[in-house]
Amino acid sequence: MSTAVNSATYAAMPIGRVPTTLTINGQTRTRAIEPWTTLLDLLREGEDLIGTKKGCDHGQCGACTVLVDGRRINSCLKLAVTLDGAEITTIEGLGQPGNLHPLQSAFCDHDAFQCGYCTPGQICSAQGLINEGKARTRDEVRELMSGNLCRCGAYTNIIDAVLDVIGEQA
Amino acid sequence: MNRFDYARPASVAEAVQAGTGEQVRYLAGGTNLIDLMKENVDQPTTVIDINRLPLNAIEELDGGGLRLGALVPNSDTAWDARVEQRYPLLSSAILAGASPQLRNAATNGGNLNQRTRCYYFYDVATPCNKRKPGSGCGAIGGVNRIHAILGASDQCIATHPSDMCVALAVLDAIVQVTGPEGDRAIPIADYHRLPGDEPWRDNTLRPGELVTGIDLPAEDFTKNYTYLKLRDRLSYAFALVSIAVAMRIEGSTIAEAQVALGGVAHKPWRSTEAEKLLKGQQPSPQTFSAFADALLAGAVGQGKNDFKIPLARKGIVRALKQAAEATPQSQTDKRIA
Repeated sequence: MSTAVNSATYAAMPIGRVPTTLTINGQTRTRAIEPWTTLLDLLREGEDLIGTKKGCDHGQCGACTVLVDGRRINSCLKLAVTLDGAEITTIEGLGQPGNLHPLQSAFCDHDAFQCGYCTPGQICSAQGLINEGKARTRDEVRELMSGNLCRCGAYTNIIDAVLDVIGEQA
Repeated sequence: MNRFDYARPASVAEAVQAGTGEQVRYLAGGTNLIDLMKENVDQPTTVIDINRLPLNAIEELDGGGLRLGALVPNSDTAWDARVEQRYPLLSSAILAGASPQLRNAATNGGNLNQRTRCYYFYDVATPCNKRKPGSGCGAIGGVNRIHAILGASDQCIATHPSDMCVALAVLDAIVQVTGPEGDRAIPIADYHRLPGDEPWRDNTLRPGELVTGIDLPAEDFTKNYTYLKLRDRLSYAFALVSIAVAMRIEGSTIAEAQVALGGVAHKPWRSTEAEKLLKGQQPSPQTFSAFADALLAGAVGQGKNDFKIPLARKGIVRALKQAAEATPQSQTDKRIA
């Protein structure tokens, strides 16, 4: 069946909005979403999940990286309505104060940030990298973390932190 | 971003039926289209979300080739075991492009159809014949460091930014499309086009046509190949010049060699005429240099991109050496052997 805005099927929905079921950090809910809303804006503005950061808003920095069905993507370039049925994990879903994710602990241990703005994206990206299972060596981790810029230049420590967690899992 | 109507068809037929119209766009991974919409470079009135269409598989073709579904993400294509084993050049080229996050979202069809990253195309305050026909070209005489050295016109000097398509050009891929008038198969060499006096047309798709897949013919370029990408930083940057080589060596002789360049023209740049200079020859710096000169015949700098001509010449020679010696460029260890 086709889904179209303003169709009679969705007469109950506000004009122009599309019913979209998303599971965000384990919670499933159907929302009426304007089609031009990016996942990033939905998370930050609609869900108050402000851990995910808006850096460039053009897919050039990686600060907005989240996991969709376990795969890392730039949430700034994804319309939320296209993700109907998907499971989204943000930094808030990976760990919380007092119950840190291993990557969060490793970033602390290795001093893998200064200002911290890129860190949620770095950590979600690193979890995506681990899920992919393609990076084992330092060179491979460097290359496969290259979608996340860090203007403080914490790169060497970020790579150390990711390698630490990969080593623990191996 | 402007407001638009959103539709999510359940079948290819339904999508194509909805897909005609000046301001109608098919939306797949969105990594380029959403960005263009944010910049108001593209302002569709209707966006057709094709992500649910059954075009997301990689399938065997009769005769030993592979069909890459249009909606398979670039990362899944590059890391597919069959692609890695049978078309390592394609895997390498895809992994040289963008970032892991972008490759996870970007699709094969979208990679083909991505627009140029010309600064003037993106900046709606400047003239651009590709974005606004007849408005002029800001890049000619402007900041044109990333622009074309081959096949440009006096109306447009934009380049096609893809890495994947450079490998597809070398592999003689076939683009499968469907549309209001039925199905068509377009050889990759005829898919993208030179700007000429219609620079707004990136490719030869007809109105409403939808890419459904990319066919890779059976080939044996699993040993002597390389994708050498030269850029301002070693990752997450578009090519200034890239070189894809697929070669077959019999004994000590080049039996066959196919070479395409990225980052230098409005489409992957290849010359089957020039490739004749390699066939039947021993691999040698002299042979490779003669070929480079032939492939770059007619190259013209625009001022700020003049460096691309010697860069391409050296890159071609280096890439041919890598392929001949079966030492393809690593996309993780970035040292150039």
